[in-house]
Amino acid sequence: MNPFSSGTRLRDMIRSIRACKTAAEERAVIRKECAAIRAAISENDQDYRHRNLAKLMFIHMLGYPTHFGQMECLKSIASPGFPEKRIGYLALMLLLDERQEVLMLVTNSIKQDLNHTNQYIVGLALCALGNICSAEMARDLAPEVERLLQFRDPNIRKKAALCAIRIVKKVPDLAENFINPAASLLKEKHHGVLLTGVQLCTDLCKISDDALEYFRKKCTDGSVKLLRDLANSPYAPEYDISGIADPFLHIRLLKFLRVLGQGNVDASDSMNDILAQVATKTESNKNAGNAILYECVATIMSIEDSSGLRVLAINILGRFLSNRDNNIRYVALNMLMKAITVDSQAVQRHRTTILECVKDSDASIRKRALELVYLLINESNVKPLTKELIDYLEVSEPEFRGDLTAKICSIVERFSPDKIWYIDQMLKVLSEAGNYVKDDVWHALIVVITNASHLHGYTVRSLFRVVQTAGDQETLVRVGVWCIGEYGDMLVNNTGVLHIEEPLTVTESDAVDIVETAIKRHSADLTTRAMCLVALLKLSGRFPACSQRINDIVNQYKGSLVLELQQRAIEFSSVVDKHKNIRSTLVERMPVLDEDTFSGRRAGSVPAAVSTSKVAPLDLPNGGGKVIDAPLIDLLGFDVPEPTPDHDNHHNLINVNVSPTSSPPGPNHAHNDLLMDLLTIGTPPAQNSSSVPDILSPNQDKLSSINILDQLSSPAASVEGKIPPASSPMLDLMDGFGDSPSNPQDNGSAYPSITAFESSSLRVTFNFSKQPGNPQTTIIEANFENKTSNSYTDFIFQAAVPKFLQLHLDPASSNVLPSNGNGSISQRLRITNSQHGKKSLVMKMRIGYKMNNKEVLEEGQISKFPPGL
Amino acid sequence: MIHFVLLISRQGKVRLTKWYSPYSQKERTKVIRELSGSILTRGPKLCNFVEWRGYKVVYKRYASLYFCMCIDQDDNELEILEIIHHFVEILDRYFGSVCELDLIFNFHKAYYILDELLIAGELQESSKKTVARLIAAQDSLVEAAKEQASSISNMIAQATK
Repeated sequence: MNPFSSGTRLRDMIRSIRACKTAAEERAVIRKECAAIRAAISENDQDYRHRNLAKLMFIHMLGYPTHFGQMECLKSIASPGFPEKRIGYLALMLLLDERQEVLMLVTNSIKQDLNHTNQYIVGLALCALGNICSAEMARDLAPEVERLLQFRDPNIRKKAALCAIRIVKKVPDLAENFINPAASLLKEKHHGVLLTGVQLCTDLCKISDDALEYFRKKCTDGSVKLLRDLANSPYAPEYDISGIADPFLHIRLLKFLRVLGQGNVDASDSMNDILAQVATKTESNKNAGNAILYECVATIMSIEDSSGLRVLAINILGRFLSNRDNNIRYVALNMLMKAITVDSQAVQRHRTTILECVKDSDASIRKRALELVYLLINESNVKPLTKELIDYLEVSEPEFRGDLTAKICSIVERFSPDKIWYIDQMLKVLSEAGNYVKDDVWHALIVVITNASHLHGYTVRSLFRVVQTAGDQETLVRVGVWCIGEYGDMLVNNTGVLHIEEPLTVTESDAVDIVETAIKRHSADLTTRAMCLVALLKLSGRFPACSQRINDIVNQYKGSLVLELQQRAIEFSSVVDKHKNIRSTLVERMPVLDEDTFSGRRAGSVPAAVSTSKVAPLDLPNGGGKVIDAPLIDLLGFDVPEPTPDHDNHHNLINVNVSPTSSPPGPNHAHNDLLMDLLTIGTPPAQNSSSVPDILSPNQDKLSSINILDQLSSPAASVEGKIPPASSPMLDLMDGFGDSPSNPQDNGSAYPSITAFESSSLRVTFNFSKQPGNPQTTIIEANFENKTSNSYTDFIFQAAVPKFLQLHLDPASSNVLPSNGNGSISQRLRITNSQHGKKSLVMKMRIGYKMNNKEVLEEGQISKFPPGL
Repeated sequence: MIHFVLLISRQGKVRLTKWYSPYSQKERTKVIRELSGSILTRGPKLCNFVEWRGYKVVYKRYASLYFCMCIDQDDNELEILEIIHHFVEILDRYFGSVCELDLIFNFHKAYYILDELLIAGELQESSKKTVARLIAAQDSLVEAAKEQASSISNMIAQATK
């Protein structure tokens, strides 16, 4: 015998593991034990298999690998004795699950055991099958389980019923086999069988409509009677729990009735009385009783309308809600969420209590209550409820603030009655919990602010106040800085004062102060600093008197280690310093952002037209050198006196490339240098400004605003650099600088068409396009042209691509190709490149057709796809 | 349905795990770590439900042990509390005022009892007496088999003397 395998007893192993003081010690003990067990396994030691399996289970529970013991389970199950089988099945259920291939090997043993004469062995097999069977096993063993539903011993019948649940969940097709035997289980007396039988019927109803119909017809009255008998049954100690006879069976019957009554008036009618009885008679001072009431309320809420019962149910929930026990309050909130769709008036009555629950000390209850409040809010109560929530925001715990802030923002956006209220509430939220506000929320706020032209002055003054008191809230500072940059003059001149405002005197240098504080604050991140720089630049135009001071602040960032800041600082200080005559036009106020497009964007409904036709080739009078400054001005996003100024590029400026990872360093450097060229090397300002309108005019394109807003709403997308060149003029331009700045065609939108295939008889051309926001997918419009004088019939195009590509072919426009190019067939292909940016497209194609009733086959490989697809 | 049952000690040691839905070994470890983190830190007066990954975990503390069961969103949380209590009472009856050490050294017995109580994540028996009877009957089968084996080995030992 192996010297190890006689080893330690299970008890001793557990003791020595518990005695370990460090994890390393524990690992050492486990290693030794595992070695011994492996040795025993390889010797096929039967005497200690029982003990070894038990040890393995313990080791498994501690989280160590035990796969080497899997076969031992099977051997143990296959052995004849009950003790071996018992431990074998237990180990099987613990060490394996339905996804292991090994499990299939046990199917046969289980089948034999299901037919065993010893009922306890049958029980073990059923238990294992019910707990871990896979779909294949379910299929193989369903007939056995079906038979066992009629076994003489009720304890086997109940196990078989639960096993059947697992089987029909794994293989829904088998449901119909179990309908009849399940129905007969409902006639039993044994509580275990009833309990499991009702459960099986409920699950069958959920899986199969036939089952639902059948049970509704045959079992509704029976189940109502069962529940009535149970509710009126005399005291039975075996099933009694705190004065209630078998609450588990109660609950299952109520669940079953719920399924039967849902969507069926007759069935609902027949259960009205018993539900009323359960709802009124059940004791509610113990958990068991409350569990039944809770289930009963759920059933009343789900079955067809009976207003009397609903009142009863809502009253129970009201009682629950004022209960001192947190569990009861939790389930009440949970159920009120369902009740709100049925009777929102009744739920509204409990509004104050629910609002109190939002402030509970228990996180689970708070979360539930907040969800519920969110559902409760409508136009009429939004103001007081929002006030409550915002007041609570001030005192709430940090870990709850994220959820709460998101919900408040969503409420304010959805229900705001007017813009001034919206802006007020958002400013409150930003100043309380600005750090928890998501980017799209404050972006939306800015869009709203720009659209509310009569509130610009009011907003900037309010922001000025709150930024001074809550300067540590990042997003508040961003919105504040942006508004001060845009509307700084209104701040100082007190333009558009509303009668509700308190008077405020701000000097120009106060306004600059606040931006300076923001940019110098230690915790300000890159985005905020970058926005501050833009604001300073804007202020330099609004307050010419402060421009020297502004230049000093900007100059401090010329040495910033962050490229983005450094670049902005250098560019802006040149603008402030050297280009005074164009400055004021450059930094004009942003035009109104398109609210509809933005909200459409946020909602995810994107107009498909975005991708095409962008930067048109630039026609420049002054030769190659000047090509550079056009996109640069564009890039800087300065507003030029144009009928439709290119305002969106401001956002470019703010959002694109703000993160240091956003653009490859190469082009950025190049660009930086070129910019220096432009701004410092003797380009007379006059010439510069005169060329600007020319250059920019072709770019004024409504579509571009959509693109930029795209970046506004999802800055992350642009950071990835995944945006197809066409949809991001800025990145485009940068790329252009990298290799050949004088090639404006690169900036063009569409990929060039290619002739994918050409033979003496046929020409295939591909046109490419991309969907915005989905750079991986290319849409190819394939055109087939006949070069011969015979027309082709039964024309079919087939294509094959390697694994990293996914190809989808739409139907062709026709299968007849007329002769001499007198018409063509077009077919659309959609290719998704999972290795976009790493590998380019490649395709094999085959074209078959009949010419003069003769079959022709042409094949070819297409590898000259344009780069970047 | 119940997706899994966990017994965790106050120190975060796992005392029993039973999975009725498939979770890989890696996921199991992660689930246990996440849940013991959020459950063990909850105060005593808070409610016994934790929302977790779209499921609910109902837990109850008995002495140093937390009994946790994970259920679907629309299951009855209060009933699960009763099921946990039901299980604990059966354990208590079987071991005679059960303590954590009983469950450590006789963990397999706790599993046998759980298997008589739940199958496929559903309750199979509402009578404590029936469960106790079934477990006793199977235990005695094992004892009988052991005695038989030892008597055979005695006979062999005597015969070979």
